[in-house]
Amino acid sequence: MPSFKAQVLVSLRPSVLDPAGEATKSAANRLGIQGLESLRIGKSIEIQIHAPNEQEARRRIELLSDRLLANPVIEDWTLEMKPLPSNRVE
Amino acid sequence: MSIGIVVFPGSNCDRDVRWATEGCLNIPTRFLWHETRDLSGLEAVVLPGGFSYGDYLRCGAIARFAPVLESIIDYVDKGGKVLGICNGFQVLTELGLLPGALTRNQNLNFICEDVSLKVGSTRTKWLNAKECGDLIKLPIAHGEGRYQCSTDTLKLLQDEERIALSYVSNPNGSVADIAGITNLKGNVFGLMPHPERACDPLTGSIDGRSILLSLIS
Repeated sequence: MPSFKAQVLVSLRPSVLDPAGEATKSAANRLGIQGLESLRIGKSIEIQIHAPNEQEARRRIELLSDRLLANPVIEDWTLEMKPLPSNRVE
Repeated sequence: MSIGIVVFPGSNCDRDVRWATEGCLNIPTRFLWHETRDLSGLEAVVLPGGFSYGDYLRCGAIARFAPVLESIIDYVDKGGKVLGICNGFQVLTELGLLPGALTRNQNLNFICEDVSLKVGSTRTKWLNAKECGDLIKLPIAHGEGRYQCSTDTLKLLQDEERIALSYVSNPNGSVADIAGITNLKGNVFGLMPHPERACDPLTGSIDGRSILLSLIS
């Protein structure tokens, strides 16, 4: 059965204040980094999954992202997926 | 007539609640391990404070899938009372029994202090021993207590008189100073402050008593 590698990026919805991001942005200013307009902190979840085909793998990870990885009240998510060469584990 | 307190791995206010309900208020109390599904004979269930399952991913996100919480959905549908305190409130929002979400405090600090709270609604039995506008004092102890919801949800909460408690001086940046809300039916109440820590005069306040007594009223 083919394996796929997926990366789910969870980010705060634009309307939600991100105090940790704001604090990091202030620290970036103190470091002397100029020109930062915004800085928001999210999560990256890396997943390896085996499934009969890419469509099915995608369906499972979309379900996972919707139901567990992100809270739709405060977070958005995006999914990137690519097939892994057979029998290779990263 | 007895109540149950759910014990998740990582709960740390489960014993405090029992000390208050059983020790201060003489309410028969039993612990409910997170893997149980048996809620028989319980007048009410408390989801206590703490860090359920380490609060990994998001506060309450993993606890939501505990077997005991599958039973709680059904229990609530049948009118059973559920009180979620602090982490318990976070679990109730993740579970969808209460709207919104609890997020990182605006000032990024873990805040541990007594706060003044205004009673915003006495529509439900949780606070019907009080009058609207009454002030009570309860301790808070949280890092992620900033209540967030959409403007539509906020309007709904206001229109349906579901904002039970609000902060007099907002410590964490919560929308509309919200400290605690109920569901529409009124049998589910979630709040960030800790009523169980305000049940003995020695700890500074007994304003938590009436909330816990309403578990069996």
